[in-house]
Amino acid sequence: MQAGLGSPRLSLPDLARVASVGLRTRRVRAALSALGIAIGVAAIVAVLGLSSSSQAGLLAEIDRLGTNLLTVTNGQTVFGQTAELPLAAPGMIRRIGPAQQVQYTGSTSATAYRSPYVPLVNTNGLAVQAASLGLPRAVGTTVAQGVYLNAGTAREPVAVLGAQAASLLGIDRIYPGERVKLGGMWFYLAGILKPALLATEIDNSVLVGFPAAKRWLGFDGHPTTIYVRSVTSQTAAVQSVLAATADPEAPSEVNVSQPSAALTARADAQGALNSLFLGLGAVSLVVGAVGVANIMLIGVLERRSEIGLRRSLGATKGQIRAQFLAEAILLALLGGAAGVAAGAISTIVYAHIKHWTPVVPATAWAGGLAAAILIGAVAGILPAIRAARMSPTEALRTV
Amino acid sequence: MSADAATLVSARLSRRATVPVLELEEATKSYGTDPPIPALRGVSFSVGAGELVAVVGPSGSGKSTLLHLVGTLERPTSGRVAITGLDVASLDDRQLAAVRATRIGFVFQQFFLAEHSTVLDNVGDGLLYTGIPATERRERAAAALAAVGLGGRLESRPPQLSGGERQRVAIARALVGAPAIVLADEPTGNLDSTTGEQIMALIEELHDQGATIVVITHEHAISDRCPRRIQLLDGRVVADTFS
Repeated sequence: MQAGLGSPRLSLPDLARVASVGLRTRRVRAALSALGIAIGVAAIVAVLGLSSSSQAGLLAEIDRLGTNLLTVTNGQTVFGQTAELPLAAPGMIRRIGPAQQVQYTGSTSATAYRSPYVPLVNTNGLAVQAASLGLPRAVGTTVAQGVYLNAGTAREPVAVLGAQAASLLGIDRIYPGERVKLGGMWFYLAGILKPALLATEIDNSVLVGFPAAKRWLGFDGHPTTIYVRSVTSQTAAVQSVLAATADPEAPSEVNVSQPSAALTARADAQGALNSLFLGLGAVSLVVGAVGVANIMLIGVLERRSEIGLRRSLGATKGQIRAQFLAEAILLALLGGAAGVAAGAISTIVYAHIKHWTPVVPATAWAGGLAAAILIGAVAGILPAIRAARMSPTEALRTV
Repeated sequence: MSADAATLVSARLSRRATVPVLELEEATKSYGTDPPIPALRGVSFSVGAGELVAVVGPSGSGKSTLLHLVGTLERPTSGRVAITGLDVASLDDRQLAAVRATRIGFVFQQFFLAEHSTVLDNVGDGLLYTGIPATERRERAAAALAAVGLGGRLESRPPQLSGGERQRVAIARALVGAPAIVLADEPTGNLDSTTGEQIMALIEELHDQGATIVVITHEHAISDRCPRRIQLLDGRVVADTFS
């Protein structure tokens, strides 16, 4: 006859209901004790969300600028000296079928100063480069102010500043008659470029026309960097023939690169900085777990009569244990859900400010919730065991 | 109330066997080990189906210990305690829990109601650990509440009720599983005399309908209303009007 005396398990809805009793009756306390976990999860979700969003933003920018830009630069000879690209290199490259735009710059030895009174050592690291006329479009930038060089101004002492060069020289707008001193010669300013993400070497350059550079800056006319826009699907093919086309006599002295590839790699590497913030989030989670365990232990002591009543209604020790364990998990899960929401909202707000597409990776929110459940389970073990061990008569005696 | 109560009672009666609902044979209970302090020193009596018994005695006489033994919340140090023929000593913790869930109903002096739950849920929780599905628990709880005269207060919460009404809820919770025996520990202890009177009247009425009830009290005014009185003193039965 004793075989019929089994204690059925609580169904999941029943377990959820008894687990929420303590939380529903002590709402403020439950909210405060879940706060630690909420903050920890929010930090983790926000860090992962922000880094993913910024990465996505960068990749979108790269996509917008195009991955079909290739650059050809002069390398080194076998003796370690700087090699020169042939004068004819741009023209040769133009003959490659899928090469749609070919633009180039040539480094001069001139230095740039705002005025003759600036000490000669204060070069600001600025380069003065001769530039072809279609350069901004090829590297994916435009003028921020004024105009770019044209066939006329390229012959005159007229210069255009890269974005970084303008700020280093302290020039933020263009007015008639404004000049800079390049290689001992006054050049009039025509415009300022926007930053060129795919060709940052242009940003800190002062650009002049090829004829002007030859006439006033002692420039020999050899290009040093050639920018090639190819048909996107043919980029790899173009890249493979560029070196031999630019310098058929010494292809090994030519460097060919794809700037967007380097940027993509940078985007991928961006996550490294996050580990510190993730560590801080983890610390907050541990503190939150201790808080939940503490509150649950207090709750067990306060709810002795409830435990006694449930035992007298026929609850087994296991059912009492399950109730308190489930309550701790539920508490931590609520904290985790609030944390995920807070982290996601801050990601969305920040991404909106930065004009990125907000991305909250699944690993961030699912991982946050999973971590919360795990923490609740760990924090609930001791209180649950205490509650189950409590003698029912002891529990009923108090009040 | 009687229609619903009759359903409850008939369910209860159909399960009745000839074995006594409660048997104690030389049951003792001591606390501590060095030296053991005896709380019950050999108690023997049995309660048959349908009886209304008062266990009466001053504080320290062993009433609470007896309640705990009979309620299978504790095991006797020696002797035998059996509920519906099941020897408590031979059952493990899970089986004892099942005995409490299905065969014993408790009524406490402090009611022990969940204040944030409705009256209906409080009574339904009397069946929580029996494995009965939630919808059926609610139906049975509604019937039990009707049986104690609270059929119209199903959605109230305990703080909205008077002391007497709360004790009625607690009695409904004890009765909802149609247990073999109801143990009422000072059921009128927290109530004024008029309300206590009404609760005793309810207990008598339930007894008339066939319920087996043991009332544990220190008040002779209460025990005198019961057909059978077992008097405890210093852990022993000093009088039993049945024998």
